[in-house]
Amino acid sequence: MRHAISVYVDNQAGVLSRVVGLFSGRGFNIESLSVAPTLDPAKSLMVITTTGNEQVLEQIKKQLNKLINVIKVVDCADREYVEREMILVKIKAEKETRAEVLRIADIFRAKVIDVSPKSYTLSLTGDKRKLEGFVEILTPIGIIDFVRTGTVVMAREMQGRRKLP
Amino acid sequence: MKKITGAQAFIEALRCEGVTHAFGYPGGAVLDIFDAIMDARDIQFILSRHEQGAVHAADGYARASGRVGVCLVTSGPGATNTVTGIATAYMDSIPIVVFTGQVPTHLIGNDAFQEADIVGITRPCTKHNYLVKDVCDLGRAIKEAFYIARTGRPGPVLVDLPKNVMNSTVNFKYPESVNLDSYCPTYKGHQGQIRRIMGVILKSRRPVIYAGGGVTLADASRELAEFARKLKLPVTTTLMGMGAFPSGDPLSLGMLGMHGTYAANMTVTNSDCLIAIGARFDDRVTGKVDEFAPKAKIIHIDIDPTSISKNVKVDLPVVGDCRMVLRGMLAELAGKDGDLAEMIAQTEPWRREIDAWKEQQPLRYCRSEIIKPQYVIEMIDEIAPDDTIVTTEVGQNQMWTAQFYKFKEPRHFLTSGGLGTMGYGFPAAIGAQAAFPGRTVIDIAGDGSIQMNIQELATVVQYNLPVKVMILNNGYLGMVRQWQALFYKKRYSHTSMAVSPDFVKLAEAYGAKGLRVTRPEDVKDAIQEALRIPGPVFVDFVVDPEEDVYPMVPAGAPINNMLLV
Ligand SMILES: Cc1ncc(C[n+]2csc(CCOP(=O)(O)OP(=O)(O)O)c2C)c(N)n1
Ligand SMILES: [Mg+2]
Repeated sequence: MRHAISVYVDNQAGVLSRVVGLFSGRGFNIESLSVAPTLDPAKSLMVITTTGNEQVLEQIKKQLNKLINVIKVVDCADREYVEREMILVKIKAEKETRAEVLRIADIFRAKVIDVSPKSYTLSLTGDKRKLEGFVEILTPIGIIDFVRTGTVVMAREMQGRRKLP
Repeated sequence: MKKITGAQAFIEALRCEGVTHAFGYPGGAVLDIFDAIMDARDIQFILSRHEQGAVHAADGYARASGRVGVCLVTSGPGATNTVTGIATAYMDSIPIVVFTGQVPTHLIGNDAFQEADIVGITRPCTKHNYLVKDVCDLGRAIKEAFYIARTGRPGPVLVDLPKNVMNSTVNFKYPESVNLDSYCPTYKGHQGQIRRIMGVILKSRRPVIYAGGGVTLADASRELAEFARKLKLPVTTTLMGMGAFPSGDPLSLGMLGMHGTYAANMTVTNSDCLIAIGARFDDRVTGKVDEFAPKAKIIHIDIDPTSISKNVKVDLPVVGDCRMVLRGMLAELAGKDGDLAEMIAQTEPWRREIDAWKEQQPLRYCRSEIIKPQYVIEMIDEIAPDDTIVTTEVGQNQMWTAQFYKFKEPRHFLTSGGLGTMGYGFPAAIGAQAAFPGRTVIDIAGDGSIQMNIQELATVVQYNLPVKVMILNNGYLGMVRQWQALFYKKRYSHTSMAVSPDFVKLAEAYGAKGLRVTRPEDVKDAIQEALRIPGPVFVDFVVDPEEDVYPMVPAGAPINNMLLV
């Protein structure tokens, strides 16, 4: 089961390595990871997506909590949450495909953030499934370069309502 | 407040922590600290002959005394030499603080002379570690290091001290308290959960306590004994729990697991209620996990939430300090005399069944003309004073000691349980002896293991630490040979100690005493003589080379599947 965990940590040198070392040392899996300081610059928020059965997830959360520099661990599965990641795609856009690329970008509400005579660079945010759909459509046209962030998540304020697309 | 150097502040900090002993080894990066230590007459510094020895000594000091052990070494190779000692303490949850020198901050990352990223190297085997980059952070780092080492589930903490930090000056004031929002161990168990487990225990018909090192660490053995006796609960202990419940007590089953007693393993396997206290379901205890205590409701009391349901699914966990939880459990008995009497009556047949197992298959060995190692241990137990501290090395010597020495008190048996570190026992004995100069300290050693830190002979002679090393010399890496005999068709691949030093001459070369015993009838006299000699002694017992440790559960088998003598 895929699972997102928010980990609030001290914003200090070496803390990332403690967290990542814990995962590798105990054979836990990290699917994606995103880290940045919070509004309080003394703390950072790490969002880790991982996979594992219930027992493994329980261990992951407990082991994270045990690290001295971990302030709080929030399991997103306990609440409804929204998730986003972002990709940048540099895509071939020559005469025949230039218009089509823009049309696809429009459909997905992606932005053109760089242009050259032979390519466009697009950015798109969304949840994992949306991004995967986008990449699938673009692949036949010719992806030149591709980069993707880790997932970030936030609990929904009003639990139990329909999510916006 | 006057300005002092980082090195002087370091000494001041140790004083504030009440440190009276430190073990270590000097070098370039810690010259300033060693210079300051020379003036600190109130801290006895013991110079080991290898940094691994210094860490094990600090660990032995901590295990024997319950105080935090302190170790100080230089950067680079000095620091890397501590890793085995730190990992040993980590696996057994022993509170030590290891201070390492480091190259000056402006050289860190430059592959400077004697630079090692010891904070990076020890991250997975410390409870926490620090690199102090600014002398203003020194006090806080040391304060936190001691606090983290001794609280919650104890463990080793490393503090890395760059040379320029230690020779710069600071207006020093040692912090009075720690301020760690993200670290607050749970001591008090959940009251409702304690009530629930007492309900289950009082209704059980085949209960057993499985007690581990956590009982000793929490100083809970008195509460454990009171609880077990009040409810007439049989008690088995892990290797780390030896002494947490007195071996001679009729309720004691001895050790469980791979080399556990027949009674202990049968009791656990047939139990309907396993009460784990300060134990962590190690694979050497459980054998095949799926068949461990298969009929039992599993209750687990532990201060570390990660221990719960890590290896074995727990039905009723209580996170908390073993002593506080046991007190809570005893308090729950108030006004339940009827239930208690009923339970004791109902569990009588169970205790009789257990007594029958004890009688059927006691620990035993065959006597012969050659000295049997088990006999040596029985004789040491018989002759040594009651307050003797026994350490062991690793291998058969360790298992036989756990089986045949009747430990009655906690902190009397120091052994590397989790990591199984050969070479632990001798330096650990040094630490224990430093903590208790007036008590007898004995390392029960193997001929292989003792060679791993034999250089510490110089340390015991220099400081006149009268440690007695009883070598069970079987000429083999006996425990490995035993596995080769049982599971590898007796192909003894590189387990013969074909060449060993003459331990008697070796001891003498260092200025200690050496004795050799080759006949069973001389064993007692030799032990008595060794204890009579005022200084350190090596006794080389030439024992049966192919004696094996039994019972034995083959790795991965259920624990009721025992090979018996
Ligand atoms: C540092 C280290 N290396 C290797 C081992 C593996 N090992 C476990 S027991 C053992 C044999 C120990 O031999 P000895 O000290 O003579 O003890 P005996 O079993 O003969 O009593 C070995 C090599 C270990 N536990 N620790
Ligand atoms: Mg041997």
